[in-house]
Amino acid sequence: MNPTLLIIACILLPFAGSVLALLGGKSLRFQQAVGILAFSLALAASCALLKFTATGEIATVVVGGWKAPYGITLAADILSAMMLVVCNLVALGVAIYSLKGLSVERQTTFFWPLLLILMFGVSGSFVTTDLFNLFVWFEVMLLSSFVLMSSRAGKSQSAGAIKYVVLNLIASTFFLCGAGLLYGKVGTLNMADLAVKLGENDSMLVQSSAAMLFIAYAIKSAVFPFFFWLPASYHTAPIPVSALFAGLLTKVGVYAFMRTGTLFVFTGDSNMERILMVAAILTMVTGVLGAASQFAMRKVLSFHIISQVGYMMLGLALNSTLAIAGAIFYIFHHIIVKSNLFLITGAVEHSIGTSDLSKTGGLYKKLPWLAMLFLIPALSLAGIPPLSGFWAKFVVLKASLDSGEWIAAVAVLAVGLLTLFSMTKIWNEVFWKKVPEGEERELKKIPATMLAPIVALAICTVVIGLFGNDLFKLSEQASEQLLNPQPYIEAVLNPNS
Amino acid sequence: MDVILAIVIGGLFAASVYSLLQRSLFRMVIGVVLLSQTANLIVFTAGGLTRGKAAFIADDATQLAEAAADPLPQALVLTAIVIGLGVTSFLLALLLKGVRKAQIDDLDKLNPL
Repeated sequence: MNPTLLIIACILLPFAGSVLALLGGKSLRFQQAVGILAFSLALAASCALLKFTATGEIATVVVGGWKAPYGITLAADILSAMMLVVCNLVALGVAIYSLKGLSVERQTTFFWPLLLILMFGVSGSFVTTDLFNLFVWFEVMLLSSFVLMSSRAGKSQSAGAIKYVVLNLIASTFFLCGAGLLYGKVGTLNMADLAVKLGENDSMLVQSSAAMLFIAYAIKSAVFPFFFWLPASYHTAPIPVSALFAGLLTKVGVYAFMRTGTLFVFTGDSNMERILMVAAILTMVTGVLGAASQFAMRKVLSFHIISQVGYMMLGLALNSTLAIAGAIFYIFHHIIVKSNLFLITGAVEHSIGTSDLSKTGGLYKKLPWLAMLFLIPALSLAGIPPLSGFWAKFVVLKASLDSGEWIAAVAVLAVGLLTLFSMTKIWNEVFWKKVPEGEERELKKIPATMLAPIVALAICTVVIGLFGNDLFKLSEQASEQLLNPQPYIEAVLNPNS
Repeated sequence: MDVILAIVIGGLFAASVYSLLQRSLFRMVIGVVLLSQTANLIVFTAGGLTRGKAAFIADDATQLAEAAADPLPQALVLTAIVIGLGVTSFLLALLLKGVRKAQIDDLDKLNPL
């Protein structure tokens, strides 16, 4: 199929879906059908797009026929296509899970249209080549996430939502200031054009904007020291929403770091690389220590998002083909695993009514298959071979050793060990230990539509682990494209279509 | 003009940070609104200020006769204002809900982590 159409399909399918779902009005069944259909089609379109870009070509769309750099060009290289595939996969999983995993009241308060709009924003962020347009996509994504997080909220949800909203608004302000100042200095907002124009100039020119963009992205992707909103809010949302946010939203920030970082913001600036490195290591360490101190499944997992984002940032900071390939592989694996862990938390909560580690126990005896399903993503997160997380961590570790960054290498290993500790803690408390006294409950049956996505995502994790070579080659190709952006710039500035 | 606006922007930033750090939720919202307006002003100013020369092309010409104000930052600001309006109204609704339903009005009383 025409790659131009594929890019448009990836963006427009969720949007059209949400409009349809809104028009469908009161019929929940209709909304569900539209949502799942839209995500399935978007997944198919993004897979086709990945197949096209994997040949090394770059798909472009000139929106409205306005030529670059004046108009907005949408472009997809391997990284964009990979992100689209994995995000649509997880979105589809979460959508299927929500059929039974989310109360009818919540589903009828615009859950489906908002979910689709969220994916509309996420997909748009992955293909845009215009800095201001990226800001707008971020806002689309954020506004729908605000409503998803705070609709039908009780006290703790309201508190979580307020922190989430305010901190993200501040991030948007920084983004806007950074982009505005950059336009004032360079006179363009097209990222490819920026890369060309800044390449001729002193890097001093970009630094003030780079600092602002760094803060904006860092807040969105929960990088040290800007991560405090995440553990304060993510655990309060309903599980499917948490799972989607945990998998996708911070990773959109990481994607923005990678895209703009390799194109113009941080390239060839050793100071910036140093700052990224320090931030990455501290993100890893503080995140995992935070997780170790928590005693509720959702909160432990929320803190682990932060420490894992650190790994991806480390890959970017090392700035070699291998390191960035590792970071891309890491993102791909992490989105699947992290969302799955949240979905499993939801299954546990559905089954026994709580996921507070002091109240749970004995699930291994009662639901051994759920325990096994938990073990796959949990061990993958901790980096146990042969699961996907092992290869991801291994590549980042090898890249840091190759670059002679010993502190980073030690941090990678230590954080991996502490992750294992946290996962063991959840395993012990939820599945292994005896049921605490006075906490015996009747188990509720977990519906098949909740289990299916968990099983599917777990299978993905195992498959990526066993056949990681293909995915890694793809990541390496994507990383080479990022580090030699000339073809990308060429494609954006002179699109054929 | 640039210098005056730069000072104004600085002052507005200071004011918005001050309001953001207040304990009262309502003042925090004022801080957020101020902050987003200041950002708009930055974009507007950074794009370059040209007085009284709108970017209109005369009927019989194909391009601008002389240097005119750059319309792009203004378009950006317009977009940002629209987004800001939506976000602000949402934030106020959230605040109202927080105050009514959950009696949250003091930031220090929001539960930690």
